[in-house]
Amino acid sequence: MIEFTFWDIVRNLLLAARWTVLLSLAAFGGGGVVGMLVLFFRIAKNKWARRLASGYIALFQGTPLLMQLFLMFFGLPMLGLRIEPWTAAALGLTFFASAYLAEIWRGGVDALPRGQWDAGASLGLHYLQELRLIILPQAFSITRAPTVGFLVQLIKSTALTSIIGFEELVRTSNAINNATFEPFTVYGLVALIFFIMCFPLTQYARSLERRAT
Amino acid sequence: MGYSLDFGWLADATGAIARGAATTVLLIAVTTLAGTLLSIVGAAGRRNGPLLLKRAIGIYVEVMRNTPFLVQLFFIFFGLPSIGVRLDPLLAAMLAMTLNMAAYTIEIVGAGLDAVSRGQTEAALALGLRPRQVFVKIVLPQALKVIFPALTSQIIIMMLESAVVSQIAVRELTYEADMLQARTFRAFETYFVVTIVYLILSMGLRRLLVSGGRRALGAGVS
Repeated sequence: MIEFTFWDIVRNLLLAARWTVLLSLAAFGGGGVVGMLVLFFRIAKNKWARRLASGYIALFQGTPLLMQLFLMFFGLPMLGLRIEPWTAAALGLTFFASAYLAEIWRGGVDALPRGQWDAGASLGLHYLQELRLIILPQAFSITRAPTVGFLVQLIKSTALTSIIGFEELVRTSNAINNATFEPFTVYGLVALIFFIMCFPLTQYARSLERRAT
Repeated sequence: MGYSLDFGWLADATGAIARGAATTVLLIAVTTLAGTLLSIVGAAGRRNGPLLLKRAIGIYVEVMRNTPFLVQLFFIFFGLPSIGVRLDPLLAAMLAMTLNMAAYTIEIVGAGLDAVSRGQTEAALALGLRPRQVFVKIVLPQALKVIFPALTSQIIIMMLESAVVSQIAVRELTYEADMLQARTFRAFETYFVVTIVYLILSMGLRRLLVSGGRRALGAGVS
């Protein structure tokens, strides 16, 4: 029988929080890359490319993240891939994030006046140059607040990966709770750790928003 | 490879899936009503209440918005009994969902209240309406019209998030899926079907809310 002191609980939770942070960063980075790809389709000139991207976004925004994680966890092994909770969690959250980020950035692209495209064209830039030099930098800069806001949502969403067996903060807290029978303290501390991670980002997003208006 | 999809189990499972979906609908219906009412009270209190109340509502909103719903759920279901508050799973789920949603909709409703011009209140007061009548009959309907799209989105997000309450054994859609896949060993197919059910629910809910909102609040609701 191992005795858990309060500090043992805190120490173990903080160690587990590293995985929450790592998963959040991986999903945000991966989601950013895939989200760019989806964005290219979403604002393409080809109608079918746009529809495809809209469908992709609607699919991820219209189903529970938990289902997406389950499908990833049980579906990928069918394709012959050996999959562990970490891979399923990182991939599932990457696709989830890509849909939301693409939609946020598309809002930024749409908000730019038509003249920006025309000006780029009249300077003799081709489509990709227009995007890279004129459209995307402005679209990213005006959507910085919602992007940071989504990062907060993503950090909170990593809690769901505990259900498919990834050893992050919540899964560790379940184990500690089973050993200590102090759910009030354990889940209270978990909430506090999430709050400490998310609150500064929320405030940052808010200050970006204020600066923008 | 050699894995082939098998949906043969589906015929026997439709009853369970329908029951689960009905519970999910019940959860979101209760949450929508209770959450909206709570957020109207909260938003009004945050604007006109005493300083202490304003502070408390502000803290509540920040805490709920910056912690995961799953942790809130565990805290309510596992944590509260240790201080003597014991709830059955369904009630705990409804409470957690309502409290979570209210934190988001308090801000939404608040923005709507701010959007109604001051002159509306002044005109109504000048006509001799009491302050409460002014709020309920003049300001609130106009505010709800403005925020309706945002409110709709939040309700749908909450419906999707409700999948998590299967973790405290509420027999809703995801819980039924967990049970089915444990019995049929057809995990991927089961979750695939249930994901589609969720997709249909969220699209149907959006359509219902938009058409219902248009009828209740008049044209201009999208």
